[in-house]
Amino acid sequence: MTAHESVGTKERRRRRSRVLRRLLRNRAAVVSMAVLAVLGLVAIFADLLAPDDPNKVALVLRLTPPSAEHWLGTDALGRDVLSRVLVATRVDLLASLQAVGIALVVGVPLGIVAGYWGGIGDSLLSRVIDALMMLPPLILAVVVVAILGPGLSNAMLAIAIVIIPSFYRVVRASTQTASSELYIESARASGCTSWRILWRHILPAVAPPLLVQASFSASVVIVAEASLSFLGLGARAPQATWGLMLKEASSNLTTSSYLIYPPAIMVAITILALSLLGDGLRDALGRQTTDGR
Amino acid sequence: MIRFIGKRLLLAVPTVVLVTFLVFVLMELSPTDPAVALAGDNPTPERLAELRHMLGLDRPFLERYFDWGLHALQGDLGTSPVTHQSVISDLMARLPITASLVLLSMIFTLVIGVGLGTIAALKKGGIVDWITNSIANLLMAIPPFVAAMLLVLFLAISNPIFPATGYATLGAGPGLWLQFMTLPALSLAIIPAALLTRQVRGALIDALEEDYVRTARAKGLRRTMVVGKHTAKNAAIPVVTVLGLVVTQMVGGAVVVESIFAIPGLGSVSVDSVLKGDLVTLQGLVLLVAVAVTVVNLLVDASYGYFNPRLRTR
Repeated sequence: MTAHESVGTKERRRRRSRVLRRLLRNRAAVVSMAVLAVLGLVAIFADLLAPDDPNKVALVLRLTPPSAEHWLGTDALGRDVLSRVLVATRVDLLASLQAVGIALVVGVPLGIVAGYWGGIGDSLLSRVIDALMMLPPLILAVVVVAILGPGLSNAMLAIAIVIIPSFYRVVRASTQTASSELYIESARASGCTSWRILWRHILPAVAPPLLVQASFSASVVIVAEASLSFLGLGARAPQATWGLMLKEASSNLTTSSYLIYPPAIMVAITILALSLLGDGLRDALGRQTTDGR
Repeated sequence: MIRFIGKRLLLAVPTVVLVTFLVFVLMELSPTDPAVALAGDNPTPERLAELRHMLGLDRPFLERYFDWGLHALQGDLGTSPVTHQSVISDLMARLPITASLVLLSMIFTLVIGVGLGTIAALKKGGIVDWITNSIANLLMAIPPFVAAMLLVLFLAISNPIFPATGYATLGAGPGLWLQFMTLPALSLAIIPAALLTRQVRGALIDALEEDYVRTARAKGLRRTMVVGKHTAKNAAIPVVTVLGLVVTQMVGGAVVVESIFAIPGLGSVSVDSVLKGDLVTLQGLVLLVAVAVTVVNLLVDASYGYFNPRLRTR
């Protein structure tokens, strides 16, 4: 281990604990993290928590309002709404992880390469990204679904394509600023290979703003999944997702308005938690993200 | 000013062309054969060949793209293989519908956002500020289609003030139009209004701390006068920037909101085209939306010069 590395890592570790302290002082961010943790637990243990089989059809019980037996009532096919909303949490969170994951795997390397080496590759890529960002997200997603065909996995791939540009831009900008730092130059001077610099120095510098962006993008994914499923372009019945449950609620709005609240509240809580966490992270990271450092 | 706009326009053209090219490439990479999607069940090989010829799929990719581009320049976006109608006339018939929806939604956004934001900024740090901020945060978490369903539930079903679905043209009378368009426009306006509230608050607080505000107050100008005359114009720039972004969002939101309210605009045509496999119409729609977004961005840039004369010389 060379001298500049140990200084760089120590400084980074100190900064990390400072950021964590600042994040923990932000009440909204702490509550958001707790909410997201609970949602994660619900997603993991959905099968155990669900009082009933989410896909068990009981036509005798169709559209019964909330009762002691069915806390959130039953839907048009007599399925237990509570069980469905719990299971949908798993489907929705997994699907968002999938979309954010794909976008990270594609967007981060592209952004680092474009930001570190620049040149023609960078200008070409950046033009393509500008072009993609020009279209409203949902229109772009709809076009991609048209090409791939409907279905939850394809919808998630479409949404990943929609959020890649924002990851690319954040990563490219912070790579550019980081690579002009003195410690990178000294690493280069002491003979580090480019790959080593990217892995050991650039990637950790890119991570904080990327984390903020990922938090905001995850809420975009939740909305987009719900919208596409609502339009019949995402998940298909009998799968339970919040978007599909809202779609089913909308066709029974006049008679059974209680159906709309569980999925609507879950969507709202998730988005709220993700965006408040994003705000909190951004504030805690402070200067590092606002001026692209 | 004209040179500035001209330069911006020239820069925007390659981006618009690139958007259409990217969509063409994506469609080329598609795992599904559009001819098979259109042919229905058990097509004969002859029928498939005929459809492929009709869609131009038997020609090389670049030739097809240039051909499409040349026709598009002349205002011809081809014929939909599903409806057998001219794509451009179909889209042009729908454009004013979506445009009027976005415009009304914009008005709601402005009224709510500027109103709440100004109140919050003037009462900075107080309980009113806290309440507006919390409401804005909460509203940001309600996607347009959820807002649409809740609005329908409360203002069309429980209290039948507005119709739940349907559409009337502006030609049928502004009153009737407003009756049908209020709920859809309001559902599209909720998130933008919340965004704008935060933006106006921030911009106004910054502007109120400027030296010239203190000077104006010191020379005896009334507070309303200072806010209306001096700070409003300076606070307008970040606000206009947000409005530009918001238009793009609204066009996206229109996709879902139009299908909920059964409004025959550009949003519902995109969903219909996907469900029917009508890629020709989608291709045209992408071009139209890209051009519309470009025009809006141009207007936003041009307005900076109006609000801040110092920017005009650049």
